[in-house]
Amino acid sequence: MSNDAKYIDIQNVEQTFKTKKGNFPALRDIHLSVAKGEFVALIGHSGCGKSTLLNLIAGLTTPTQGVLLCADREIAGPGPERAVVFQNHSLLPWLTCFENVYLAVERVFSATENKAQLKARTEAALALVGLMPAAQKRPGEISGGMKQRVGIARALSMEPKVLLMDEPFGALDALTRAKLQDELLEIVARTQSTVVMVTHDVDEAVLLSDKIVMMTNGPAATIGEVLSVDLPRPRNRVALADDPKYLQCRKAVIDFLYTRQAHVEKVA
Amino acid sequence: MVAAVFHSPLEAPPVPAVAPTTSPLAKAMTSTPAPIPRKPARDLRGLWMAVLPPVMGLACLVLIWQLIASTSNSGIPKPLETWAQAVTVFSDPFYSNGPNDQGVGWNVLASLKRVAIGFGLAALVGIPAGFAIGRFEFLSRMFNPLISLLRPVSPLAWLPIGLLVFKGADPAAVWTIFICSIWPMIINTAVGVQRVPQDYMNVARVLNLSEWKIFTKILFPAVLPYLLTGVRLAVGTAWLVIVAAEMLTGGVGIGFWVWDEWNNLNVSSIIIAIFVIGIVGLLLEFALIKVATLFTFEEVKS
Repeated sequence: MSNDAKYIDIQNVEQTFKTKKGNFPALRDIHLSVAKGEFVALIGHSGCGKSTLLNLIAGLTTPTQGVLLCADREIAGPGPERAVVFQNHSLLPWLTCFENVYLAVERVFSATENKAQLKARTEAALALVGLMPAAQKRPGEISGGMKQRVGIARALSMEPKVLLMDEPFGALDALTRAKLQDELLEIVARTQSTVVMVTHDVDEAVLLSDKIVMMTNGPAATIGEVLSVDLPRPRNRVALADDPKYLQCRKAVIDFLYTRQAHVEKVA
Repeated sequence: MVAAVFHSPLEAPPVPAVAPTTSPLAKAMTSTPAPIPRKPARDLRGLWMAVLPPVMGLACLVLIWQLIASTSNSGIPKPLETWAQAVTVFSDPFYSNGPNDQGVGWNVLASLKRVAIGFGLAALVGIPAGFAIGRFEFLSRMFNPLISLLRPVSPLAWLPIGLLVFKGADPAAVWTIFICSIWPMIINTAVGVQRVPQDYMNVARVLNLSEWKIFTKILFPAVLPYLLTGVRLAVGTAWLVIVAAEMLTGGVGIGFWVWDEWNNLNVSSIIIAIFVIGIVGLLLEFALIKVATLFTFEEVKS
């Protein structure tokens, strides 16, 4: 690829929603580029439009103004090359874990591969997140953390160019979340994926990402600051806990979120 | 048979009203039979609560019936007389002495057949129509006024139209069933489609699924619980309407039987017929609830 440094390129994007009370400006002046293989976290207070930005990259919504490029092509709609891990996993409850992943695999690879290969791919994806034992269970029969892992397996099984994650661990308890973060670190290191992840967890952002994009408060939110996290990989949460560089990054994000962008619950 | 005949009246009265049908029945269905097999004799209180209130309710009904029958000269037969009559009626349910004198079994089957045909046709038309109306806003805006206009019309008002068009009593009765049972299926299916969680549709969009895959893997399973509720309401309505329609059209059928027995001034037969109608309606409802629970997933409800 010619343009690996700007694998995802967001130019002057603005997003305005039409509501009953008139136009609501959600995002303005968004300029951002994500390099190939980079892990970027979007962080900000709730309502700051980080999910809106992720949906724009996913192609689920189109911007009011501006352009989004992925691998030098304009993002015109959603597609399997930009897989999304949804906040609430969004597994289809009437399909087993295997079938949920298979649905994605089949869509992407059925033109070029036979059934046995598709099955192998599905199994490999489930194995990647350690869920082969639960393959024949329905989402209703497994825990929240397992569901989220199936969601990740589904996204990864498509071999996407970009993995988009919308607060993937937001609904999980702290211990499960830590475990899945470690797994994600390992998977991303292995697959060399490009990841954009929405989060509101400072530790999660610092632990996982190469770059933290901090967003100002809405309405009309924009990117306030971009912080590079140049901690060496592989990262270990225990070792990082008293690493000065880690603490410095953490401090910078906290400072941005709670001092400069102290969230005021205000005025509807 | 005894138990069956006398078990129904409590549950039966709600049947005439379409909307309330579901809740009291559903409650009766789940609360009465469930605890008995699950905890045999251990949870005595639960067993007590499951058995005693319904039995007392039935006893009340029979008591009031007995009081009315014995005090007034309205001609209402006493419970015991009706019981004796029921025994003779049910001793030979499948006799046939010409079209106007057939056993209660034949009458019920004839009614069920009409309901099945009318309801089946309505499902054939109504369910696809519901999907189309739910999926495309244009169609929904186009048909909503029509549905709102036609749905409240009493089914029997359609009977003359059926007689006019089909030139026969039997197709007219089927037509009436068709027209009254199509609305709940259209409306519930359409609402179900509109309420498919946006998350699922986003999955479909991200995966770029084909319309066919969207329909079979997402839309249909997600709508199924709504659809089955529509089917249940439709069957309930159809069973209500068939009795009235058959009173008007004649022939063989439980509604006609009621009318025929009225002309013979055979009131105990009419009371038996009321119980039979109630029990058959109850069984239909029960069967459909069973089917519906098979297809309802934990996460769809929440």
